[in-house]
Amino acid sequence: MEPTALIQVENLSRFYQNHRAINHLSFTLNAGEVLGFLGPNGAGKSTTMQIITGNLAPSEGQVTINGFDIIEAPRQAKSQIGYLPEHPPVYRDASVDEYLTYCAQLRRVARSEISQAVTLVKQSCGLNEVGQRLIGNLSKGFQQRVGIAQAIIHNPPVVILDEPTVGLDPIQIREIRSLIKSLGEERSVILSTHILSEVQATCDRVQIIREGELIYNAPIEALNHDKETCITVAMKRPPAIETLQQLEHIIRVEAKDDQRFHLFFDSNSPAETVVQQSVAGDWGLFEMIPDQQSLEDLFIELTHHHQEESEGVDE
Amino acid sequence: MILTIARHELRTMFLSPLAWVILGVIQVLMGFIFLAQIENFFLLQPQLIHLQNTPGVTDIIVASVFQIGSIILLMIMPLITMRSIAEEKRNSTLCLLVSSPISMTEIVLGKFLGLFGFVVILVSMLMLMPLSLYSGTTLDFGKLLSIFISMLLLLGAFAAIGLYLSSLTDNQTIAAVSSFGTLLMLWLIDTSFADGQTVVAYLSLLRHHQSLLEGVINTADVAYYLLLIIAFLVLTVRQLDRERLL
Repeated sequence: MEPTALIQVENLSRFYQNHRAINHLSFTLNAGEVLGFLGPNGAGKSTTMQIITGNLAPSEGQVTINGFDIIEAPRQAKSQIGYLPEHPPVYRDASVDEYLTYCAQLRRVARSEISQAVTLVKQSCGLNEVGQRLIGNLSKGFQQRVGIAQAIIHNPPVVILDEPTVGLDPIQIREIRSLIKSLGEERSVILSTHILSEVQATCDRVQIIREGELIYNAPIEALNHDKETCITVAMKRPPAIETLQQLEHIIRVEAKDDQRFHLFFDSNSPAETVVQQSVAGDWGLFEMIPDQQSLEDLFIELTHHHQEESEGVDE
Repeated sequence: MILTIARHELRTMFLSPLAWVILGVIQVLMGFIFLAQIENFFLLQPQLIHLQNTPGVTDIIVASVFQIGSIILLMIMPLITMRSIAEEKRNSTLCLLVSSPISMTEIVLGKFLGLFGFVVILVSMLMLMPLSLYSGTTLDFGKLLSIFISMLLLLGAFAAIGLYLSSLTDNQTIAAVSSFGTLLMLWLIDTSFADGQTVVAYLSLLRHHQSLLEGVINTADVAYYLLLIIAFLVLTVRQLDRERLL
């Protein structure tokens, strides 16, 4: 399928008084894509999302959603989007059913289809048992689900989620993630977060933003190819670094301390060779940890680099 | 769509005890004033008999009850309007409305109609008291209708002003205090410029109320209230639109 741009952001800038929160940001979201929007706190993620959803006006630039400009045709543009802001916009003194019905009405779901839409969305967000309860009495995780439910009740082609897993316990996080994954099967999703493993677990493409500028944009698979991967080994009687370096597949070796080494490799893991050599050479191998934090490395590297540049520090 | 929002507003108002308490308190206060006026009427009655062209029950009791009532409502309306936008801002639920395919104007009109629905309920309940007199005497229904309309217009204007001041802040108390201050100011104009035909005196909320209460439906007075309501609704729309730029 030819990728069609559902959201097109062009040259977007946004000022708060004199502070520039977003600086000439441009990107696109294609149909059927889950886009991870990553950045440290205060990088401009939420601002960007608020502009896309029409909650803030851009200072410069243009946002087009499925062909509709958010400024010139806000009604059509907004009907293409489901938005879950940082704090779920729920009325605490309404029951889940009442609230979702109201949301469906606001999103102009046809009167005859409202009850069906509510049932459907409750099912897909796991809210069946709590339909009659007041939202204010639900746990944070359930409130978050209600928030997601209101974002998808009118079946929009684009869903925008702003930090959907903040403040949830690990089990809830896992549930919300699988919910997001299932959303991504039918819709395009933009997911903002500063949790890196979340992006790795759910997204097709990742964008890193820092101080309002896009500093990285690539498909998630490219991460694994772009970056050398690394395993960390620990040995009681390590050989000379040169010996390790000459092993098959290894590109580079870094000593972490006397016993621990980072072994960087390209595509084939050297684990097997290392174990064999260790036994043969009596190196006393006692630990071997595959490093899966490649996105975190990238993130820290990118955001850190910028910091150094802006501070003018040379290393 | 406007009606959807209005219905929701009205529902939410009655979900919290505030609306019920306000209705109850006003009813008790107005009931007290009503009884006091009836007693007053009995005192006046012997003198009235000797007069030609005497004012009727509707004039003496009902009009004065609602005249005093409008001052009480002036103090209470800010409590009704304070939460309408300020609370949504505080709980960040305004975002739900703004990111839905609805225009700002529809949101504000919906909110206002919700408040106005409450006003209609409130005034209708108060109108029941004078209607109870019908069992013992004859009433001037034309005048009652005029009083009903004038109360709706007056409270509608209170609601529009309160709605605007509620859109300026995310703090309900500030919204209540500032709308109370504004309404009181518009009332005080009347006492300080009582004689004047000046522009300032013309702005007074209650001066226009007076002739309507007497049963004179004057286009100028009705237009005053309608323009006031429209002006504050437009200001509210502009305020909410402006916030997206900040």
